[in-house]
Amino acid sequence: MMYGYEWDTTTWLTYTISILPIILIGLTVTLKAAAAGFAIALVLGLVFALLRRSQVKLISWTTAFIVEFLRDTPLLVQLFFLYYVLPNFGIVMPAFLTGALALGLQYAAYTSEVYRGGIEAVHHGQWEAATALNLTRLQTYRDIVIPQAVPRIVPAMGNYLVAMIKETPVLSVITVLEMMGLANMIGERTFEYLVPLTLVGLIFLLLTLICSAGLHRLQKALPKAGIPLR
Amino acid sequence: MDWSAYLPMILQGAGVTMTITLASIVIGAALAFFFGILRVEGGPVLSKIALCYTEVFRGTSLLVQLFWFYYALPLVGLSFEPITTGILVLAAHAGGYGAEIVRGALSSVSTQQLEAARALNFNRFQTLFRISLPQAIVEMMPAFGNLAIETLKLSSLVSLISIADLTFTAQSIRNLTLDSASIYSVTLLCYFAMSLVLMVAIRMIEHVVRRGDVFPRSAHS
Repeated sequence: MMYGYEWDTTTWLTYTISILPIILIGLTVTLKAAAAGFAIALVLGLVFALLRRSQVKLISWTTAFIVEFLRDTPLLVQLFFLYYVLPNFGIVMPAFLTGALALGLQYAAYTSEVYRGGIEAVHHGQWEAATALNLTRLQTYRDIVIPQAVPRIVPAMGNYLVAMIKETPVLSVITVLEMMGLANMIGERTFEYLVPLTLVGLIFLLLTLICSAGLHRLQKALPKAGIPLR
Repeated sequence: MDWSAYLPMILQGAGVTMTITLASIVIGAALAFFFGILRVEGGPVLSKIALCYTEVFRGTSLLVQLFWFYYALPLVGLSFEPITTGILVLAAHAGGYGAEIVRGALSSVSTQQLEAARALNFNRFQTLFRISLPQAIVEMMPAFGNLAIETLKLSSLVSLISIADLTFTAQSIRNLTLDSASIYSVTLLCYFAMSLVLMVAIRMIEHVVRRGDVFPRSAHS
């Protein structure tokens, strides 16, 4: 029994139906972790992207190194690092927050590249035209660059969100009870792993298919010419 | 902490990680070409099968796949060592993503090239191996490079099905010494170094592919 739901292992069908409510509770945790992680990644990624464009070589190189390091090391080890080492510095967080932070950090490295690519893809003639029209740096970014960069950035960000949802099961190793952690716990108690794991796999497949379909529609709906901020 | 005692363990773990990664990349690349070509050339039935393969392995989480096969394979009478299961699942996962790369690159070959091949009376195999693939493989290389790094990073997950790779070794050393900061820093640096080595190796392969030695155009050109 878990969260007040009793499981019934008579047949695989009754078993599936009886554990579905427990797995769905796990699904909400999975989605919350992905949402929190993605929010961190969006903000931190932008910070990384802007720091990387800095004129000061020391800042841009340090940022480039940090981004490269985060991109080239496994999420699992970063997660262990945060989970076991942060408390040494007096930073004690709930496992859920540590997990969201780890997801956010790893994906910030990815999203910073998306921001950078989006900004750099704006044709340099546009920058020159903005200079010729005597626009300030703020005006150039707000009225010229960002509106054109957004339609390029959104689809790539969506792909990373889907990828992040699929990586949340890793958080189960630091005791976050998301879908797969729960499926494994049910398996440990009933000695029947396949049904809960298949169920979780199918839910992930369904989630991914829905998200990709949604992204496809979003991508079509985005105006190619850009999204005016004002 | 005294590193001399633990260094051999770490190196051994790194060796296991590298073995798993390389084996998965090689098997994964074979799967990627097989299913990617099926997607494009397979006709209505076979391309649907290839589509199912890519969707299942891309759409479900790798960790779920690892545990699923870890528990499922013994039930159908296939009891492998955990390391074999780990390599096969990681390879199938990479193959799913790789097949999409192969499909994308093959479909980006311009239709004029295919029309020209047809005009020259090339059959489907000749068109694929002499026209499409030699051009497409150059387009695939950067994406395959990213996939290889991704595979190295994801290989850390096999530690969770009791394979003594670098991450698993780091966990055991931490449990012995309780010095999390040093051991995880060293582990992260190890992975970073391995990524860099892998990147250099990929650049070299890319260089060879660009020169066109993989699919020689013809003997007398």
